[in-house]
Amino acid sequence: MGSMLAKLMSLFLLGLIRVLTGSQARWHGCPPKAEQRIYFANHQSHADLVMIWAALPKELRTVTRAIAARDYWTKTPFKQWLTTAVFNVIYVSRDRTADEDPLEPLLEALSNGDSIILFPEGTRGHAEEPQAFKAGLYNLACKFPQAVLVPAWINNVQHVLPKGEVIPVPVLCSVTFGAPMQVEPGEECKAFLTRARQAVIALRDV
Amino acid sequence: MYFYLKNLTPTQQVGALFVTVFGLLLLASAMAFMLSLREYTDEALAERRRKDLKSINGVIRTSWLMVLVFWIGWISGDWVALTLFGLVSFFALREFLTLSPTRLGDHRSLVLAFFVVLPVQYWLVGSGHFDMFAVFIPVYVFLALPLVSALANDPLRFLERNAKLQWGIMVCIYGMSHVPALLMLKFPGYDNKNAFMVFFLVLVVQICMVTQHLASRRLQRPPVAPAISQSFNWRSWGIGMAVASLCGALLAGITPWVPGTAFAFSFIACLAGSMGHFVMKALKRDRGIPSWGAEGRSTTGAGGLLDRVDALCFAAPVFFHSARWYFDL
Repeated sequence: MGSMLAKLMSLFLLGLIRVLTGSQARWHGCPPKAEQRIYFANHQSHADLVMIWAALPKELRTVTRAIAARDYWTKTPFKQWLTTAVFNVIYVSRDRTADEDPLEPLLEALSNGDSIILFPEGTRGHAEEPQAFKAGLYNLACKFPQAVLVPAWINNVQHVLPKGEVIPVPVLCSVTFGAPMQVEPGEECKAFLTRARQAVIALRDV
Repeated sequence: MYFYLKNLTPTQQVGALFVTVFGLLLLASAMAFMLSLREYTDEALAERRRKDLKSINGVIRTSWLMVLVFWIGWISGDWVALTLFGLVSFFALREFLTLSPTRLGDHRSLVLAFFVVLPVQYWLVGSGHFDMFAVFIPVYVFLALPLVSALANDPLRFLERNAKLQWGIMVCIYGMSHVPALLMLKFPGYDNKNAFMVFFLVLVVQICMVTQHLASRRLQRPPVAPAISQSFNWRSWGIGMAVASLCGALLAGITPWVPGTAFAFSFIACLAGSMGHFVMKALKRDRGIPSWGAEGRSTTGAGGLLDRVDALCFAAPVFFHSARWYFDL
């Protein structure tokens, strides 16, 4: 019963996102493949996760997990159900004073073989270009060199539900996936993050 | 044969029409399939033929979709037909507004456009308030939406943003809603055959656009306004108009008119449709794109729906009001 409800919810969300945004997936640099991947994209709105999720083929959706802040998404039972049963997210504590490494749950998921969706900016941006990337991406890439890093650009989604609004507006959006990249041997964290950010921005004009 | 058709009830006549159209489409699809199997030795010729076939297949596919939509609308009744056209308006407006970048301040106006103006307009059409649905958008929405935008406290490019929204609403909602509105007109001595009117309008406008396109390919005359359209010239336009109006006159049997009147009405509809298509081309050029659903996959994911229906969106209101005015309905 529970899983049927989750399935219905995911179908409903898929339909909704398709009607509102057209949700076009453009696999520019690589095809959708069942390998361990870390997708990283620009972050403009709450709908970003659903956009990438909807762009993936059905088989990959269950094994590709996003990050969700534990304090926000476990507040109500509905939010908790949505993020566990429907989306299968990885909870992270935003609480910096905790003893454990904040990346711990991500490392656990990656060692299980799951793919993850990461927004390296950390928070939603509102400027034309994405903000500077945080170091989490670099650390994960170094610890798991076999995971394929795929940049993605989510186009136009900030117009669907801007900050402070409740009703979404239908606007055509697309997700462009670029060519996979990896950390060069001996590459520094800052250099790699700049390169990754450039890769994402480059997909905007494709 | 003619008298047999005349003696069928209106429902049966419209049914026979759909059977004919489906049959013709099946034939066209089969022929296109056969042509695609053909082998060519010359590579350049093969490439050209492939391109032609691709565009022909696109037209056939659109025609299938349109006929299916009409058929479903017809068998399910007026309100389903209205809902289907409402959905077409929704997706066309979504496509139009995607390429007209809006600012945060426009969000409320956009929400109103999609979720209030569109349903209200189609409800007005469905409940037969002819006078109201003709002025609701040009007068009330025109005056009210900029007010909502102004209340959002953003003056940057205010006129441009609101003008874009008004245009989108006029073309996609107002224009499109006049097609199902034809189903509501009560012509004397022509009961319940209004589906034929819709079919007549759509067919005549499509014939005009296709003939114009083919003629301009054949004639290769210098374009009238090359910055807007590489292929538009007056001669091919004239040929398209003449052929479509003649077809309209020939189809006068399914309309409540004599061939002369049918010719005049087709002429008016094609005039509005072809000129409207040209204007939309100018709009697209302004945005820097050749068509809404550009070759292959565009960044926006637009499917090219607006490309196909924009002539209809311009022709329908003109056709509807000319018919109403002429017959005093």
